[in-house]
Order: sequence, then C-alpha cells, then structure tokens
Amino acid sequence: MNDDLAIRARGLSKDFGSLRAVDRLDLDVPKASIYGFLGPNGSGKSTTIRMLCGLLTPSEGSANVLGVEVPGDTSQLKPRIGYMTQKFSLFGDMTVLENLQFIAEIYSIPANRRAARIDEVLEHYDLVEQRKQFAGTMSGGQKQRLALGCAVIHKPELLLLDEPTSAVDPQSRRDFWANLFRLAEAGTAILVSTHYMDEAERCHRLAILDHGAKVADGAPQELQRSTGMNIIEVVADDPYHAQTAISTLPVVASVTQLGIRLRVLIPEAVPDALGHVQKVLADHDIAADTHLSGASLEDVFVAVTLDPEERAA
Amino acid sequence: MKSLSRLMAVTRKEVRQMRRDRLTFAMIFGIPLMQIILFGYAINTDVRNLRTAVADEANTHLSRDFIAQLNATQVTDIREHVNTVAQLEDLLRSGRVSVGIAIPPDFDRRVADDTRAAVHILVDGSDPTIAGIADALRSLPLGFDTTMQQQRIDLIEVRAYYNPERRTPVNIIPGLIGVILMMTMMMFTAVAVVRERERGNLELLINTPVTSAELMVGKVLPYIFLGLVQLAVILTVGNLLFDVPVRGSIVDLYLAGCVYIAANLALGLFFSTAVKSQFQAIQLTFFMMLPSILLSGFVFPFDGMPEAARWIGEILPITHFIRLTRGIMLREAGLGEMVGELLYLGAFAVVAMTAAALRFSKRLD
Repeated sequence: MNDDLAIRARGLSKDFGSLRAVDRLDLDVPKASIYGFLGPNGSGKSTTIRMLCGLLTPSEGSANVLGVEVPGDTSQLKPRIGYMTQKFSLFGDMTVLENLQFIAEIYSIPANRRAARIDEVLEHYDLVEQRKQFAGTMSGGQKQRLALGCAVIHKPELLLLDEPTSAVDPQSRRDFWANLFRLAEAGTAILVSTHYMDEAERCHRLAILDHGAKVADGAPQELQRSTGMNIIEVVADDPYHAQTAISTLPVVASVTQLGIRLRVLIPEAVPDALGHVQKVLADHDIAADTHLSGASLEDVFVAVTLDPEERAA
Repeated sequence: MKSLSRLMAVTRKEVRQMRRDRLTFAMIFGIPLMQIILFGYAINTDVRNLRTAVADEANTHLSRDFIAQLNATQVTDIREHVNTVAQLEDLLRSGRVSVGIAIPPDFDRRVADDTRAAVHILVDGSDPTIAGIADALRSLPLGFDTTMQQQRIDLIEVRAYYNPERRTPVNIIPGLIGVILMMTMMMFTAVAVVRERERGNLELLINTPVTSAELMVGKVLPYIFLGLVQLAVILTVGNLLFDVPVRGSIVDLYLAGCVYIAANLALGLFFSTAVKSQFQAIQLTFFMMLPSILLSGFVFPFDGMPEAARWIGEILPITHFIRLTRGIMLREAGLGEMVGELLYLGAFAVVAMTAAALRFSKRLD
C-alpha cells in the first residue's frame, strides 16, 4: 500500500436487501488533505463512511484504512480515527466540559495530560465560555464545534465527517472549514461528505457519488475543466420560454435555470454549440444574450449525473 | 488498566446523568415507598366488612338475634334488608352485595332440627377470596342457647410458625421486595441502551475504543448501588409501619439482594440490546412482570401450581429471591442453608450479562 494514502478502497459495495447502497467503489484518500464526498441524500455517502470505520460490513470488496484491513478486526482502528455523526450524538444532559472529559477518558488520554488537552480543545474550538453549559441547550454551531472537538481530542490520524454542516448557519460553516484546513495542515486525513457545492469546492479532492456509484473523482478544478461539455449561459427576459425552446434541441444534454440565467450543457462533440442555441432562440423570437462559460461545480455535478444516453446526445 | 478506566468513565457518566434526571431519581425512592405503603395496607387476606344483604323471611326473635350476632363479627356489613330470595339474587348479580343471607320462614324449627340447615348463604363465587371467606362463616361460633350448640372436637390443630398471628404484611413484604426491585431495576437497564440508540449517542460510542463488556458492566454498576438503597428503604418502612421482622442475618439479606439486583439489571440490559425503541423495552419488562408476580409464589402458593407453571416459576429469578427473603427474614435461615437459590441467581446474572454483551455488537448491521 502506498504510504501516502490514509484510505485505499477497492470494489467496496453494500447491499441492503435488494437495494445496492454502494456500488463497487474505488477510493484513494491521501494523508494530510481534505477529501470530499459530494452527492444527494441516499447516494451512499454515509454507508461508505460507516463501512470504512467498521460499523457496517461490506457486502463485497475491501478497504485498507490506516493499514488496517476492512472488513477485519477494526478495534485497533478505533483509537486512531475520529468520527462525527450526521446527527448530534453527544450527551445533551451533560455539560461541554463533562462531555469532553468523558470522551477523553474513553480514549484513555493519560490523566496527567487530560486537563491540558481539554483546555486546548476548549480554546481551539471557542468553547471556553460554554464549558459549564449543557450540550443540549447550545446552538447548532456550538454543538458542531463541540462534536468536532470531541472527534479530535485524541489527535486521530483520520477524521471521518458525515455531513457535519447540515444543521448550521453559513458563518459557522466557514469557521468549521477553517478548522478542517488547520487539521489537514497538521497532517490529519479528512474524509467529509456534503451536499453543498461551495463546501465541495473547498476540498483538495472530490468524489461525486450518484446512486451508490462514483461518477467523478479528482480535484475540483480538474473536474471543472474536464466535464466533456460546452456550457452556454443564456440571459433572457423570459427564461421560461427560452428554456422550453432550448429543450427542443436534441443536442442539449441539460438546461438549468438560475434566476434569469439559463445554463445549457451541450456535449463537446457537438460542433458550434453556441450557434445551435442562438438559432433556436432566434427561431422562437426570444431575445437573449448568449455566451460560452466555464463550468461551475454545479455544472460538473449535473454533467456527471446525467443518464448515459443524455450525455451522448 | 485502560479497560478499567474506560469502565469507570462509563459508570461516572451514568451516575452523572442519573443525578440530573430528577424524575427517575425520585422514582427510585418514590416507587418502593408508595408500593410498600399501598400494598402493605391494601393487600389483606383476612377480609372484613363484606357487603351483605339479608332476606329475613322468618322475622322472629331468634332470626333477628342471629342477624345481630352475625353483624357483630364484622365479617359482614349488612347494607340491605329485602323480603325474598329472588331479590337477594338480583342484588348479588348486580354486584351491589357480595353475600346474601336467606333466612327461611321456618327458621326457628330448622334451628332445632340437626338434620337441616337453618340459614342459606348466597355468595358471589366470581371472586375466589370471598367464596373462601364465606366458607369461614360456617364455622363462626354463633349460638342461641347452650342446648343447641354443637360440641366439636378438633382432630387437627394448626400452628402457624414464623407468623403466628397470621398478619398479611409479614407474608407480603418479603415477596414485595422482590417485585419492587424487579420492576425498578429491570426497567432502568431495559431502557438504558435503547435510549442511547434513540438519541444517537450509541453511534458515537461504538466508534470509540470502549468495548461492549466495558459499556455493559459500566452501565450496571451504579444501579446495583441504587438497588441496595431501595432494599434499605423497603426494609426500614416494612419494619416501622408493619412490624415486619428480619430474623436472620441482615448481611445475608443484602448479599442475596445484591445478586438478585444484578440478575434483574442484566436481564434488563439484555432486553435493551434486543429491542428497537424504549416503548418496546417497557413492553418487554411488563411482559416479564405478570408471570413474575403470579408464578413466583408471591401471590399463589408455589406448590399448588401445575407442574408446567412451576417450571416457568423456577426459571424466574424472583421465585428464588422470594424463597431467600422469606427464609432469611422470617424463618431465620442462613444463606448456607439456601445456597442453591443464591447460586441460581448468580448464574442467571452471569448468563444474562454475557448474552447482553454478546448481543450488543459494535456494529450497525
């Protein structure tokens, strides 16, 4: 195994009855970086993370996580990973300090270093003032900082975060990501699942999941460069009729409306994509400004989750 | 060493949460107090004041004298006087009285005649204890004049050892200890694991180095202590209010209590690993309650039950604990004389605890 990888998975699959939740997933997560899982709800993000930390047994395939084989005896893995659940899972009827103390004891942080480490976490995650507050009464952002603090209190080599920011405001999300970058710089490998495009954009590397299968994998910029699509932005006063007109074009893979703008995806194989769009708009007497545009991550997401035949259109 | 400190961390956390949960904490003391006072006074097998109606068709000096004597025994409480037996039957059927006394018009003659019954007593047989009481009415020492009184020589004399006055609380409370401890202890741990599952805590815990055994034992320890406190409360109240003695060794009693508490906690914990919600956990404990009360010898004599029921009874921990408490508290027996019962409870605790730790896998699938 490559020493630079924290996770290396091959053909990882999970079936729940007749439903295939994760389908032959190959994954290489490098150390000291943030690796993102982007995908809609039910695309298999949580299931994959649970398989990687040994909570679920893969139906097929295997993974090597920090040198430990999965499936296998994952008990030696537990002290080396940190895990943050989708739902707040700390004890609401205990204070911030008590929660941290409990988690520190569970991870067997030696008593002589425990207090210092807890102070450090309180400081780092801006929880000093809340130390005596019951965890259950805190705001979403505070709970999330506490959850992250508990997940890293034992300085894990690998941090698994399952949609950590789904319940917090944008400012808390920004702060949260600043913390993640700091941890990655310090050498922690981070696997984070999300369904926010702006978060996905911040990851060093990204895998896009759709119906349990990986449909794209690479650095966000790389993915944006290689969609295989020409993207035409249409600004029209009447976007609804413009969209209807453009949809009649057989070469169009997808049209998405963003306010008064439309983003039209046409495969690169089609020559003069811009001309096609301009012609159909003129035929329908729709006044619009059209120009070629670079791909956003959202365009990447739309492009890679298209049906194969639409993509070939 | 690491294992022990993790176990203690779990125990400390449980104690902390328990202290904060005011209602549960109140229940720990409230439930035994309430039940022992309630049952100590309410469960009384020497029934008095049965609601009674009389149809005195004779209405003679003798019959009125008979009714007055009957009322003086306090076994019956004469509420109504009617004219016919049919009216008595109506009252009985409607449930307004439990006992009907029919005195025929030729009462005086019947009293003089040894071959015929002088009085008919109609009893609501749908309640078994009342039927039993009415039987006792037959042997009431009612007499009208000395010539008519039958001289009876008792062939058998019964002497009630250990409870000569036959006071019900003395019989009830040793068993009640078992019932109360079972109810509270099993309920606490039955919800313990499933509650953390519902709150999401478990997904976090199973991703930490804590092992199943550490988690299970760590959860049970603080409740053993609570159980012993409950035992002390029940014994004190039983002694102060109902004068229930502890004739044997108090150390023996606490030792037996300790093992019995552990058995119930372990069983509750096992339930908790088997169910999906707190509601199911509570249903399961109730499912255990009824056979434990009915088949343990607490209410009905154990030896009188059919063999199959006795087998079920033998499986239940409470059966063995009730034998131990009655033995130690009333018969002044030592644990050494009843070591089999104690061993069974210990084995039960170990098996249930192991089953719980095995069933609680640190996985989600």
